Amino acid sequence: MNKIARFILFDILKNKTIILYTVLLFIISWSVLGLESNFTKATLSLLNIVLLVVPLMSVIFSTIYVYNSSQFVELLLSQPVPRSKVWFNIFLGLSTALVLAFLLGCGIPILLYSSIETGMSLIITGCFLSVIFTSLAMLAAIFSRDRAKGIGIAIFLWIFFAIIYDGILLVLIFQFADYPIEGIMATLTAINPIGLSRIFVLLQLDVAAMLGYAGAVFQQVFGSGGGMGISLVILSAWAIVPFVWSLIKFNRKNL
Amino acid sequence: MIEIKNLTKKFNKFTALNDVNLSFQKGHSIALIGPNGCGKTTLIKCILGLNVLETGDITVNNESVKDHYKYRETIGYMPQIGRYPENMTIEETIKMIRNIRKNHNTEVDTELLEAFELEKIYGKKMSTLSGGTTQKVSAVLAFMFNPTTIILDEPTAGLDPLASEILKNKIIKEKNKGKLVIITSHLLSELDDIISEIVFMNEGKVIVHQSVDDLKKETNTGKISEGIVAILKEMKK
Repeated sequence: MNKIARFILFDILKNKTIILYTVLLFIISWSVLGLESNFTKATLSLLNIVLLVVPLMSVIFSTIYVYNSSQFVELLLSQPVPRSKVWFNIFLGLSTALVLAFLLGCGIPILLYSSIETGMSLIITGCFLSVIFTSLAMLAAIFSRDRAKGIGIAIFLWIFFAIIYDGILLVLIFQFADYPIEGIMATLTAINPIGLSRIFVLLQLDVAAMLGYAGAVFQQVFGSGGGMGISLVILSAWAIVPFVWSLIKFNRKNL
Repeated sequence: MIEIKNLTKKFNKFTALNDVNLSFQKGHSIALIGPNGCGKTTLIKCILGLNVLETGDITVNNESVKDHYKYRETIGYMPQIGRYPENMTIEETIKMIRNIRKNHNTEVDTELLEAFELEKIYGKKMSTLSGGTTQKVSAVLAFMFNPTTIILDEPTAGLDPLASEILKNKIIKEKNKGKLVIITSHLLSELDDIISEIVFMNEGKVIVHQSVDDLKKETNTGKISEGIVAILKEMKK
């Protein structure tokens, strides 16, 4: 790991917010997994919490951190360091810290109280969500010089993906209930990183049957090995594309 | 050393620099002067690559600043308002910058570090420092890596008389070693013993660029400040 990324990583790990986040995740996972004896049910309950908490924390923490490190960025850029390297290392440091916090907070209880087969998909999606929402946060932060506006954009992104997007899908389902729209619905759901994460975990848990006909479609599209590959590709794209976009904007920015 | 060709810099509709052409040579020390908001800091930020160039070009040692970042190895920069990561101590800040530049230049110049006695307050956090002490850290970092070009933006603003005397002597010493020094300042009286060339800017344009001797001769004055005042009066006519 690079010097700059390592410095940022240690700086974040010393941060009280990230320690609190890790402890909170640990307490939630530990209590949820400890209360329920059925692995699958417990993992599902934990999934719903992880899908809300991890993106929210990642996007807000990263946005604030990027704004707070504007001085650090200026200092580094007057040294012989290329712009892309500075921006990439901030991304690397932030996502590593958030993934570590998630692994410590959720990974350890899962290993202790659940089985690795049921828990693995949850751990993978949690890590992906941390990276994806860090990437979105960097995009939100580069769009505005005004910190309040940037954090506003970040929170909106979270609300959109966590709540509004599903709402829009529900409306569509009701409006077009008479038409065969399962394929389109499956595609639309798969575009949302949070929705895709949910499906990804559900299918590994063999509870897709409970989702009725839509579940069957999902099973058909995402259940196979190829479908899993596609899910991972989409999640990776969500991690990479917003970051690259923010990098292009950063390279043209006047500091 | 530094060539600026047809540089125009706009921030939205505001033109900060308007078709600037300048050339700075080794062994000179240049004063950039002009009223507030005339584009001095913008020009410096363009040289450092902190502002992105759209029209025109700047070359440092015949390399365009657009292509590479390596040219910054030869530049030491002291900003007007040093902004550092708040929860780092002085020691960590200096160490980190040394770390970043290590493989390029192992020999470091700690003369200013000792003169300012910063080692005594090494453990202090950057956010708790006074403006003057922050300026001292900036100055130490600017001179530390034996740069061939030193850019100082309002170096003595905020420094106590003793510290600014130390800094002034250091600048003269480095200039005599044949380095290029670029200073912006409003305190014209301070510049007298340091500089050899003068660039006067106004509203994003270079009004005057000439050597101090010529300036004094033309305006029949003994001091830079008087020379500048003479130019300003002529402009108003």
